[in-house]
This record gives sequence, C-alpha cells and structure tokens, in this order.
Amino acid sequence: MAEIVLTHLVKKYGDGFPAVNDVSLDIADGEFMILVGPSGCGKSTLLRMVVGLEDITSGDLLINGNRVNDLAPRDRNLSMVFQNYALYPHLTVFENIAFPLRLAKGKHTEAQVREKVTQAAGMLELTEHLERKPSNLSGGQRQRVAMGRAIVRDADAFLFDEPLSNLDAKLRGQMRTEISRMQRRLGVTTIYVTHDQIEAMTLGDRVAVLKKGVLQQCASPRELYDQPVNLFVAGFIGSPPMNFLPARVGDGTLSLPFGDVPVGTDLVEKVAGKDVVIVGLRPEHIKDASLGDVTGGARFNATVDVTEWLGNEQYAYIPFEPDPSVQALLEELDRDLDGEGMRTQMVVNLDARSRLREGDDAAFAFDPASMHVFDPETGACLTRDEDLAAQIAREAEEDRRNSLERAKAREAATA
Amino acid sequence: MALRDDVKGTGTYSLIAIPIMIWTIIPLLWTLALSLKSTDALASADANILGNFWPRQVSWENYQLIFTGGASELFLPALRNSIVVCLSATVISVVLATFCAYAIARLQFPGKRMILTTALGVSFFPVIAMVTPLFDVWRNIGLFDTIPGLIIPYLSLTLPLSIWILAAFFQQIPWEMEQAAQVDGATTWQAFRKVIVPLAAPGVFTTGIITFFTAWNDFVFAISLTSDRARTVPAALAFFTGASQFEQPTGGIMAAAVVVTIPVVILVLIFQRRIVAGLTSGAVKG
Repeated sequence: MAEIVLTHLVKKYGDGFPAVNDVSLDIADGEFMILVGPSGCGKSTLLRMVVGLEDITSGDLLINGNRVNDLAPRDRNLSMVFQNYALYPHLTVFENIAFPLRLAKGKHTEAQVREKVTQAAGMLELTEHLERKPSNLSGGQRQRVAMGRAIVRDADAFLFDEPLSNLDAKLRGQMRTEISRMQRRLGVTTIYVTHDQIEAMTLGDRVAVLKKGVLQQCASPRELYDQPVNLFVAGFIGSPPMNFLPARVGDGTLSLPFGDVPVGTDLVEKVAGKDVVIVGLRPEHIKDASLGDVTGGARFNATVDVTEWLGNEQYAYIPFEPDPSVQALLEELDRDLDGEGMRTQMVVNLDARSRLREGDDAAFAFDPASMHVFDPETGACLTRDEDLAAQIAREAEEDRRNSLERAKAREAATA
Repeated sequence: MALRDDVKGTGTYSLIAIPIMIWTIIPLLWTLALSLKSTDALASADANILGNFWPRQVSWENYQLIFTGGASELFLPALRNSIVVCLSATVISVVLATFCAYAIARLQFPGKRMILTTALGVSFFPVIAMVTPLFDVWRNIGLFDTIPGLIIPYLSLTLPLSIWILAAFFQQIPWEMEQAAQVDGATTWQAFRKVIVPLAAPGVFTTGIITFFTAWNDFVFAISLTSDRARTVPAALAFFTGASQFEQPTGGIMAAAVVVTIPVVILVLIFQRRIVAGLTSGAVKG
C-alpha cells in the first residue's frame, strides 16, 4: 500500500531532449492511475522512472513520503508487468510466479512460497498450467503469468506498461475487466500506461494525459470527457473523436461551416475580441432531426458522405471546408494525435433507427450548450466550467472510495 | 504444401549426404580396425577380411599395451595430463568469456570495439608463429613443462571465438528479461546468474565444447612446450616406440587414438540437445 508522489519530474536524454518535462502527479493509496497519450509522449519513460529503470534527471519521486530517486529497482518494492511479458522461458509457470519470492531469501519458507503462488494462480485461473513452460502458453495465459508474478509479492504498487497491446481485441476486453477486478480486490496503488483511450477511460480512477512529455490534464475519465482543459485532451479522449469546427465570431452567434448558432451571453463574453474560435462537438451530441428526439436547439442541413451502421449505432461522415485561418492549427493537432492528416470531416454518431444513407441531404440538430469552444491560439478550452469540474472530481473520488470499501467488505466476508 | 516441399527436398539431400558421411567416417573406422589388429595381422593381408580392412580375429593386445603393457608409462600420465589441462582450460575460458561477452553485450564502456577487434586479431596469428617465442619465455619464467604452461596458450586460442559467440547470444536475450528480474528484486549479479546465464546456456555449452576440443586435440603447443611431466596424449603418441626400431607402433597409436576419441564422442552426445538454440522462444511475444 503506498502513496506515490511525483514532483516536477524531468527526464532528459543525452541530446538534451526532454522526454518527460516537469510532470507532477499525486497518486493516492489504492488509486488506479492511467498514463495515456499518443506514441512518443513519454508515458512509458515516466513509468520506467517510477520503477527505477530510467534515471531521473531532476525532480523528486516519493513513495510513502520517502524520496526514492536513487534507489535501485529492487529496493523500491514495486512490481511491474511488461508489454512483452518478459517471462523467464527456462522456468515453469510456477517458478516464474515464485521468482520474486525466491529472491527475497529467507523471508518465505517453501510452504509459504507454495501457498502464495497457488493463491495467485487461483486468482488468475492458472492453476492447471503451473507446470508448463511459458513457450507453451497462449498470449492471454502469458499475460496472466506476468500478472501473477506481479501480485504474488506484497508490492507497494503495481505498474503496467501497455500490458494488453499484444492481445487481440476480444481478449483485451476480457483482460481489461480482469485487471480492474483484481485491482479493486487487492486495493493496491496502480499505475497503468496505455495509448488506448478506451483502456484509459474504463480502468482509471484518474487519467493523466501526456503530450510530448508534458502533462496536459489529470482528472477522472468523466471530467476529461465533459470538461477537457484544451484541444489536445478533447481530441484524444472519446471514440470516435470530437469534431473540431472552425467558427467565426459574430454578433451573439458563432458561424459554423454548416450554419449560425446563437450563443448565450456568458459565452459571448468569453469569445469577445476573437475573430475565429474552434468549436468542439462530440459525435453523439448531434442528432438526426427527422427522428424528432430533439426539440429546439441548433439545426442545420448537410449532405452525408458515408455512413457506417454498427447495429447499436451508426456513424455518418460529413465533409466540410475548414477555415484557412485555423487549418494549420487543426492539421498540427491531428499530427499530435497520431492522425494521418486526412480530409476534414465531421463524424456524427446517430441512433441505429436513423435511416440516413450516403448522399442523403439530412437535417441535424444539436444542443448549443454541448459545444466546447477553444481558443485557437492557446488551444485552451473557453467553456470549461471549473465548478462543475471540481464537483465531478469530488464525485469520482467518492465513487473510488466507496468501491474500494465495498471490495474490502466483500473480501472480508469471503475470507 | 510445406510438407510436400520437405519430402521433395529429402531425397536430394540424402543423395548428397551419403557420400559425405562415408568420406568422413572411413578414417575413423580405419583407426578402429587398426587398433583391433594384432601385430601379425598388421603385417599380413591374409589375416584380414574386406581387403585388408577388418581383422579376422579381433585382438585386444594394443589396448593391453597402452593400459598395462610397455606403453602405459607413457600413455596413462599423458591421459591424466590431457584431462586436467582440458577441463581447466574449458572452465576458465567459459567463465572469462561469459563475463567478457556480457559486458560487451550489455554495458557501454570506452574501448568496447577495440576489445572485440583485438580478440579477433589475436586469432589471426598462426599458432606455429607463437610457439618459438613462447618456448623461450616459458623456459625463462619456469612455465615450461607445467600444466599452467599449457592452459594459458589454450585460453588465448579459444577466448576470442568464445567471446564472439557468447556476445552474440547475450545480444539476443531481450533487455526486458533482466529489467523484469531487477524489478522482481534481483541484484545485477542475481539477474545475470538466474536469468541471463540459463538463457545463454546453448552458447555457454557451445563455447565450452569448442574450448575442450581445441585443447584436447592440440599437438603443436603440446609437443613444443612440454617434456615428461606435462605431456598430453597427442604429444605422447609421437613418443610411442615399437618392439624394435624397425617396427612401427601402429597398433598402439591407433588404440590410444580410439581411447582419446571416446570422451569427445560422449561430450557431443550429451550436449547436442543443449546446443540447440531457440531456448528463448516464448520469453516475449511470439
């Protein structure tokens, strides 16, 4: 059990490039913290700095209040699951899991080792594979062995480095819930690195979004989704991603490529003095007006380019011409998000009942209040409501404590 | 498809392989046949079958000669010297090469390339060019005709190759294995001993066997740097004498040759499975 505090951590490589730049995080005891970002954002480096496999250039790393910057990995009492599992191929599954226990010489008797390994294997449903070698296991089984090796020892925290990226989609979903259940049950502080925003949203108590080594926002998934601090976070969180539309600031209106939207007085104040802003609109906030689900709100007509029907929902793609004054900014944002710089189009997540097809000229509606408005110069979100964000954070923290309590109570009841 | 291709290739390979196998095995069989011939059979073709190849009557007199007879005073100490020299050279060489190769594969230090190049450069020199200077040096510092006096040149012969082979093996082992061990609570030394060395076992065995064979079969150093006390089997064979100066000690030499081949065969049989690489499969995503 541990509280991990990162204060102004910096990692510079030999050429002076800061892979991690001034990152500060406060990870509470028992919390599930996610580090997420596109490739090359420094999230794995940060994790390896915490575990001690990378030196810390400057800043302090505190575990339970003790500065551990200069401790070797073995003295930090953290356990880690590697992306490629890093199982020991010459040892059986049993010996792989027992490895950390055997290294702690004299701490455990043979019987204790056996009991702990059996218990961990039971939790991960590996009991029948204990005598096999890693090379004979499937990807998911290897993944579980790696997790077994991490949980068998009473480590202060678990660190995961993209543990699911080598698994296929179905297995990934299963292992995701498995990791979540295990973390709650054991109540151990966990830091989890991923580039997959779905893993980030589903697993994390809080998610830290990184871009080029700089921490953008660290908040609960709900806050990231509803109250992003800037363009990057807004574009990274959510699937399909948020639509970014250039908007000219008019008199009490914002002119989007598809029409003018009247805005409230408080927003008018925030965008005062700007010619152009960027409006972020989540695909699911735009509705097919013909279904009659939305009354009022802003309406516009557009020609649908492509539709994708998925059974429970469908996506419609609507191309538009971006305003040249913000085109460069949107292209840069796309590159930051690992995009391919494809055509500018708006994605609309429609109800499955909608019968819109390619080429249809359709009417859409959305609530102007669901718009996020961003400053094109700084990328900062102008519509972020700090009070609401603080409330979401409070609720998320409350939820986390409650679920930990419940898990502990359940554990006590079964024991 | 793959299966059919395999089957199709087998015939051609067998056709090529059979002559090669015969070519290599005949000298060995010949040695064995000669060692089993009595002195009479060696001189007369009538006592043999298959065109003077195999003796009609198998005789053990050559083996008696080298183990209990007149040649035993020469052969048995030489056999003992051979075993001591070769085992020591092998152990020292493997241990040194493992450390050196690990450092080369894993650590960044100045002069790394130079060590590798020098190691390769050393093995360019013809052995015979080193013998005369070594002989002089050894005599002056008292290493002539001693067991260390043989082990040292063998190390210099085998270390370069061992270092190169092992460095290649270590480089194949993913860094993550070691980092995982360190996070699991291992010191650098424990990670090396419990994870890296077992994974590099095929390489360790390969270098061990190469070192052993080189030392076991060496003649040039053995004949030049030893006299009575540290002479090994290949050198001792040259000092076998017949019953008279006109008689060649062929049978005795062949019997000794067969005896010294046996450890080599046993070693290969024991370790051939361990030399198979690919032990690391399954370590990481595969």
